[in-house]
Parts: sequence; structure tokens; C-alpha cells
Amino acid sequence: MQRTALQVFAVPIVLGALSAIGLVAALLGDDVWDYVSWLALGVPCVVMAWFWFGAGRWLRRREQE
Amino acid sequence: MPTRSAMRVWSKIHTWSSIISTVFLLLLCITGLPLIFNHELNHALYDEVEPAQLPADAPKANLDTVVANGLAKLPGHAVQFMFWDRDEPELIWLSVGKAVDSDPKDNRLLKLDSRTAQFLEEVDFRSRITYVIYRLHVDMYAGLPGKLFLGLMGLLFCVAIVSGVVLYWPSTRKLDFGTMRRDRPRLVRWLDLHNLLGVVTVVWALTVGFTGVINTWADLIFKLWQNDQLVAMTQAYKDRSVPQGPTSVDGAVAAAREAMPGMQPSFVAFPGNPFSSKSHYAVFMRGETPLTSRLLRPALIEAETGKLTDSRDLPLYATALLVSQPLHFGDYGGMPLKILWAAMTIATIVVLITGLYLWVVRMRRRRAARPAVRAVFAAAQH
Repeated sequence: MQRTALQVFAVPIVLGALSAIGLVAALLGDDVWDYVSWLALGVPCVVMAWFWFGAGRWLRRREQE
Repeated sequence: MPTRSAMRVWSKIHTWSSIISTVFLLLLCITGLPLIFNHELNHALYDEVEPAQLPADAPKANLDTVVANGLAKLPGHAVQFMFWDRDEPELIWLSVGKAVDSDPKDNRLLKLDSRTAQFLEEVDFRSRITYVIYRLHVDMYAGLPGKLFLGLMGLLFCVAIVSGVVLYWPSTRKLDFGTMRRDRPRLVRWLDLHNLLGVVTVVWALTVGFTGVINTWADLIFKLWQNDQLVAMTQAYKDRSVPQGPTSVDGAVAAAREAMPGMQPSFVAFPGNPFSSKSHYAVFMRGETPLTSRLLRPALIEAETGKLTDSRDLPLYATALLVSQPLHFGDYGGMPLKILWAAMTIATIVVLITGLYLWVVRMRRRRAARPAVRAVFAAAQH
């Protein structure tokens, strides 16, 4: 299996865009803007934890079964 | 896919920019982690005199009384700056020097109640562990050269991130996103972790890295503003003598408020201070949103008459510095944003350590392979 650049970078681009939204949102206002920021920047953090601590492996094993 | 030789160049760029900067980046991340919670740490570690419990709409005290009450605790001194914290409007801070133009590095910090004008305490921040961590993070106790050096390390960090993204492609093109080959040797497992955390933190790390670099130029940007806009705004006062008994700072702030309705004072530089001229109060006004509260607009108030003489938007380079500050500190979205900031910092530390490990192992392998290669060449020659 060889993935194209788009396939390799698809998830990182989505996570990067979410990070950018998260970084900017809280600058623009309080309350709702803060929630958007926490959510958008929270997703990359959850993704890191998910794959790092093995949940991703669990998911793949289920797919294989 | 870029050519093999192009990838070799990117690999060299990634290796060298990382090796040179890694130790300093580790220092920056490890000191930066507690600094995210600087405010909370100071509250938790040190007894602080709290302001009186008053209704939120309690009227503000006269600023001249605030100054008088502050200086009563430090007779013979002069107030250089008065400032407010957007998150703690019940407090006013005075930065007090031996004279109005003495080196602000030696200033003492007084905390007063903004409603009652009551003196609360002198904050000896330099004796605090948080200040030691702050200095290690900002300049490693080496002043401007230390700052600029760390700025250079930050630039290398940005180069390492960009080259790392390029290398991410050949490194993971045969793997699904986030694959962790857990049954493989540590070298492979840590490469997977390095790739995952590295690529997920890219945008945050580039933002915090580059805004950090801009922050290392703060002193230079201030000097530039001083020689550029401030000089232009105070040209007519160049040859005036220092006003005897300047008028009320309360009046100066009121004049600035009147000129800029809807804006709040962020800080006041007193006449004779490098942020002002010897004839003016410089009142730096701010907006109300998280972003505009960092964007300052100075109003120069003639100290003798209390009249506004000039007010201009800051030049672009100064605005860039002010915008870069919250994006570096992560202090603009409450505690959840600080926690996310800390998570990203920890991920970055892991990227640095795994990267260092990958390099050490590969170096060792190459060195171990060298005698073998030499032996092969030697055998071939005979």
C-alpha cells in the first residue's frame, strides 16, 4: 500500500484547520467564542491521546474481525 | 513524491535544525508549562492580600488618591507606571522607581484596590520561584542577548517543524494515520509516536513557536516605536523643561477616556518615563474583546494642562507584537484553553525527546556500521 500526498495529509490538514480555528476563536470574543476554541483545539488533543494510548489499535482490530 | 535526493536534503535540514535547538526547546517547554498557570501558581504558592468584597458596579477610586496611598508606603520614590489587569478590574498596580527615569528593571510593584484606593501589599515578585522560571524561559538570565539567542532557537524550531512535515510523507506513506506499530522495536514505536504527535501539533507549535520568536524582539520593537512614533508625537516638547508638579493622573485618564469613548485604560506611563515624554502622561487605551484588549492606542496628555495633545494607532510592527503575545501565552480563553495549551506543550516535549532518541540511535548504528564498511572496502582493494 502506498498512499498519495492527499491521503497522507488529509487527517493532518483537518486537524490543522481545527487547531487554527481554535487558536483564533477565543481571541475574537468570550463565551461562545471560548467554547468553539476549546472544542476545536480539543479535537487534536483527543486524537493524539486516542491513537497514543491504544484506542486506535482497538478500533482497527475490530475492523479486521 | 519528491525525489530521493530532495528528501535527503530535507532530512539533513530536519536533523540539524532539531539537534541545535532541542536542548533549548526542552528548556522552553519545561519552563513554559508552569508559566501557562503562572497566575494560578502565584495565587496558590504565595499569600496574597485580596481586595475588599464590593459589588461589581462599585465606583472607582480617584487615581490621584491611589498614587498618594502607594507613595506613602515608599516615600521619596516616583510612580513610573500605573496598570490594570483586564481579568482583575478590582486591582490597580503601581510600578515604582527611585526616580521617574530610573531603570525600570529595579522597580518595585505595589498592589492597590481600584475602588477604595487602599494599599494592599508590595509584591516582591523577584523572590518567587515563578519569576526564576520566567527568567529562564525569557532570557536565561542573559538579558537581550539571551532573548535574541532563544529567538534564534525558536526560528530553528519552526524550520524543524516545516521540514518535519515534509518528511512525514515518505515516513508514513505506507501506514494509516496514527498507526502505532506496538510489536516492533522501540526505534519504530518511537518513530510512530514522533510522527503522530508531531503532525497533530504542527499548527499550534508553529503558532506558539513563531509568536515566541516575535516576543524576543519586544525590546527592539519598543525602541523602534520610541524613536519613530513617540518622537514624532512629542517633537514640539523636545526643549521644554520638566513640568513642576504635574497635574492629576486622574484628569489625564479622564481626558483619554473622553477622547476614546468605549475604550479602557490599560496602563499609564508617567511624565519622564521612556514610554512617554518628560512633558506628558502617556495613557495607553485598550478595547474590550480578548483581541482588542491587547491592541493599545496611546493618548498623550500634556502634564501641565491635562489636555490631550496627540493620539495615534500603534504602527503595524508594534501591533504585531501585541497580537503575538496572547497567542504565545494561551491566556485568552479561560482555564480550559490553558489546559489544552499544557497538553500541546507536553506533546511537544514528547516529540523533542523521541526525536532526540531517534537521532542518537541512528548515529550509533551508523558509527557501528562504519568499521564494517571500512572492512568491506579494505577487502575489495586487496
